[in-house]
Amino acid sequence: MTGTRPAGPKSSDVPAAGRDVVAVLRAGMLTTVQDLGRPGWAHLGVPRSGALDPGALRLANRLVGNPESAAGLEITLTGCELRFRRATTVAITGADAPVHVGERPGDVGRPLAVPAGAAVRVGPPRTGLRSWLAVAGGIAVEPVLGSRATDTLSGLGPPPLHDGDRLPVGAPTGPPAPVDVTVTVPAPDEVRLALHLGPRADWFTPPALDLLFGTAYTLTPVSNRVGARLSGAPLPRAVSGELPSEGLVLGAVQVPADGQPLVFLADHPTTGGYPVVGVVVDVTPLAQARPGTTVRFYGPQRGSR
Amino acid sequence: MRIRPVGAHALLLDCSDADQVEAWRAELWRRRKEGHLDAVEIIPAARTVLLDGLTDAAHTAALLGTWNPPPSTAATSTDTASASTTSTGSGGTGAVEVPVRYDGTDLPTVAGFWDVAVPTVVRRLIATEFRVAFCGFAPGFAYLTGLPAGLAVPRLPTPRPRVPAGSVALAGPYAGIYPTASPGGWLLVGHTDLPLFDVHADPPARLTPGTLVRLVPA
Repeated sequence: MTGTRPAGPKSSDVPAAGRDVVAVLRAGMLTTVQDLGRPGWAHLGVPRSGALDPGALRLANRLVGNPESAAGLEITLTGCELRFRRATTVAITGADAPVHVGERPGDVGRPLAVPAGAAVRVGPPRTGLRSWLAVAGGIAVEPVLGSRATDTLSGLGPPPLHDGDRLPVGAPTGPPAPVDVTVTVPAPDEVRLALHLGPRADWFTPPALDLLFGTAYTLTPVSNRVGARLSGAPLPRAVSGELPSEGLVLGAVQVPADGQPLVFLADHPTTGGYPVVGVVVDVTPLAQARPGTTVRFYGPQRGSR
Repeated sequence: MRIRPVGAHALLLDCSDADQVEAWRAELWRRRKEGHLDAVEIIPAARTVLLDGLTDAAHTAALLGTWNPPPSTAATSTDTASASTTSTGSGGTGAVEVPVRYDGTDLPTVAGFWDVAVPTVVRRLIATEFRVAFCGFAPGFAYLTGLPAGLAVPRLPTPRPRVPAGSVALAGPYAGIYPTASPGGWLLVGHTDLPLFDVHADPPARLTPGTLVRLVPA
């Protein structure tokens, strides 16, 4: 804790030349700044955004001595490469990805000391899809509505990283965590998601609900931070016509006109005009689900099948 | 009003009409401000109000059964007082005045649907007192109610790839203003230079739910 010590200079008070930066050598297909998002603005049409697996980002932050809400990087599939100007500590969590600090291999899930000027390379994960990288002090881009998260739907927050970008890094607030055990869990080929029916399950026929709980769906390549789009048995509707727009929650399973379910993730729109058949209890397994992954739903109402 | 469960931490209040939505929205915002409701999000929409981020949804559902919103007219006048503080014009009606140049490319199409001449469309829009029913689609995009139900218009069969920021448009029973450039299928009737979403403003959206709005000639 730093609360009892005299406050150090705020990052905004430090001259730009004195602030640490991270240089983006290779951004990869999609690397974004993420924190715990900007909840509380949905009534103005502002999505929640934030890390797709908040637990993984929180862990990475704890490992480097940051508050859990500090901003880090969310790295997708093809990895990325960064260079830190000053000696620092980083931690990478999430998918089981190869990590190098300079030429030295490093582990996922523990603090890694980075010498001044060294490159940190996160490679394509062996299984799974996304990694989170925390750096001591956090990524210190300007917050927007209380969050530094990139919202890929609305465009709020910093744009996704590009090769050659330089991002400010804040002042470290605590020592790295003493950790000597690291556990990475391989992403499964099949994701099982607990689903509460409602609010609009009554817009679907009883056979539709049997299909939803009884058949396998496949994650399609058009999935992104907005939603996991599934393909499988189309869900027949009991009520035709349009649903007036209504508010959406994280994990809402919306069924558009083609009957193929879509599970909303962090960058989901705040309202939508297609019926939501149910709500997934925990969407974080979808953060690691590659296209082609089998997705099955089970319901507390129906027992686990 | 019917309460529908939405997962473990949210509730959907299914209302009979837009006026009941507005009455509940105002009441629930007031209850939260007074500390009687722990919702992280209170999201009005066309026929519903969503409460999200509840610690105990079942408890909140039971509470809701004991609350009655005031008549919607009362809720609206309460909001008028707060809206007037952000009024941009000299109107004195308590409504936010949005200066609009009525030069939209779809004015003749709207005139066709309404079976009137273009100047009559513009006169009706100017004469209408709108209210922000809800926001959605994009940050700061407000769905404005106030036009008679008989004047609802369809969207374009194919959305335009890019609608400029500030475009004032109609679709279904609503009027709306695009805060930023985006794809869109609404019928364009004009445009405004008034900034509608500014992340440095408080609140960031100029048109918040419950706010009265007039689309005055620029």
